[in-house]
Amino acid sequence: MRYFLLGFVLLCVLVVSVAGFRGSTSRKPPIEVFPDMDRQLKLRPQTDASFFEDGRSSRLHVPGTVARGSHFEGTPFNTGLIPGTTNGVDVIPVPVTRQMMQRGQERFQISCLPCHGALGDGNGITKKYGMAVVANLHDARIVKLPDGEIFNVITYGRGLMGAYGSNVTVEDRWAIIAYVRALQRSRLASVNDVPAEMQSMFKK
Amino acid sequence: MSDIFPKWTNRLPLKIAIGAVLIGGALTAGTTYYFTPKYTRVGYQPIQPISFSHEIHAAQLGIDCRYCHNGVEKSWYSNIPAASTCMNCHNQVAKDSPKLELVRESALNGKLISWVQVHKTPDYVYFNHSVHVNRGVSCVKCHGQVNHAEEVRHEKPLSMTFCLECHRDPAKHLRDPKDVYNLDLKISDVEQEKMGTKFVHDWKVNASQNCSACHR
Repeated sequence: MRYFLLGFVLLCVLVVSVAGFRGSTSRKPPIEVFPDMDRQLKLRPQTDASFFEDGRSSRLHVPGTVARGSHFEGTPFNTGLIPGTTNGVDVIPVPVTRQMMQRGQERFQISCLPCHGALGDGNGITKKYGMAVVANLHDARIVKLPDGEIFNVITYGRGLMGAYGSNVTVEDRWAIIAYVRALQRSRLASVNDVPAEMQSMFKK
Repeated sequence: MSDIFPKWTNRLPLKIAIGAVLIGGALTAGTTYYFTPKYTRVGYQPIQPISFSHEIHAAQLGIDCRYCHNGVEKSWYSNIPAASTCMNCHNQVAKDSPKLELVRESALNGKLISWVQVHKTPDYVYFNHSVHVNRGVSCVKCHGQVNHAEEVRHEKPLSMTFCLECHRDPAKHLRDPKDVYNLDLKISDVEQEKMGTKFVHDWKVNASQNCSACHR
């Protein structure tokens, strides 16, 4: 009995010392008990796929095709351009709603704020880290830019700014433009834009 | 007759019983402790091809999760950003850093970066990111405080029990959709219960516990 107990304790110590405790950091991939069920013969997005020459399981668009449900028609809404020209449309081709404005604010704060800053003045956090030329969205040049031109800057980038066409959807691009216009307006407003009964607050 | 079974055999049944209890107990305890994702998955922290720090990008610079993981609200899958997304800033910020060699190469000629996936459900589990984040389940619930991770580490077990804990009582976990990406938000239990109960009622949340909700 004594030997059995000794052996038992030693075995327990051995198991714990080899297997360790829960939650200890490991560089090795997790153990999977039935790997054939856990990892089936199907491709997951963004994994290596040796079946394809380029190794991508998420396939890129075949040139000249459009994905189902994607925007492809050459309408001003999808391209930001006046049909048949390379000029941007003057105003957002959809009605601007409160909901759209809020969406625009949210999207602006996700995708634009790091560089253009919360106020759109080009003082985003990246400026501290060497992003030298970020457009100030309150520049007269940008205020005067037609909405469709801004749409194309977001879609394809300009100068050192990268293209955001694949990161921000068409709808969201217009929503962002609506919000940028509101930001610009906030700096260009005069005291006459304030309701009459509240104007006295600003006339000191 | 007395010579057939020596005296020590009188205590043999007791010894066998004690031995069986010890071995059985140890096996049960060992299985419970080790044969679960709490042991097998939690703590997994692979070495990534690029030493990307969420702490710097998300916590210190305050970049929203969705700047890079821009598919999370639309897709079942939360994407790893394309190299071009990195290059939006890194074409100027730290642009010659040797750490970014793979990113530059990928952006230039489409070479793949072999990121190692840390959080992975089995292939028979169909987890949908978009329905969760759009209904007030924060990233932090499954990924831990990944915004402070120098290296991403598997913090939560992501076992079936883990999923069911929330599906059985979503009120303990749901938060205002605008706080879903605020991983540092601390909510007291009382407040959580009040807010969660309201969301479950208002949004008619019916977190399914049916097998086919996740298994297909």
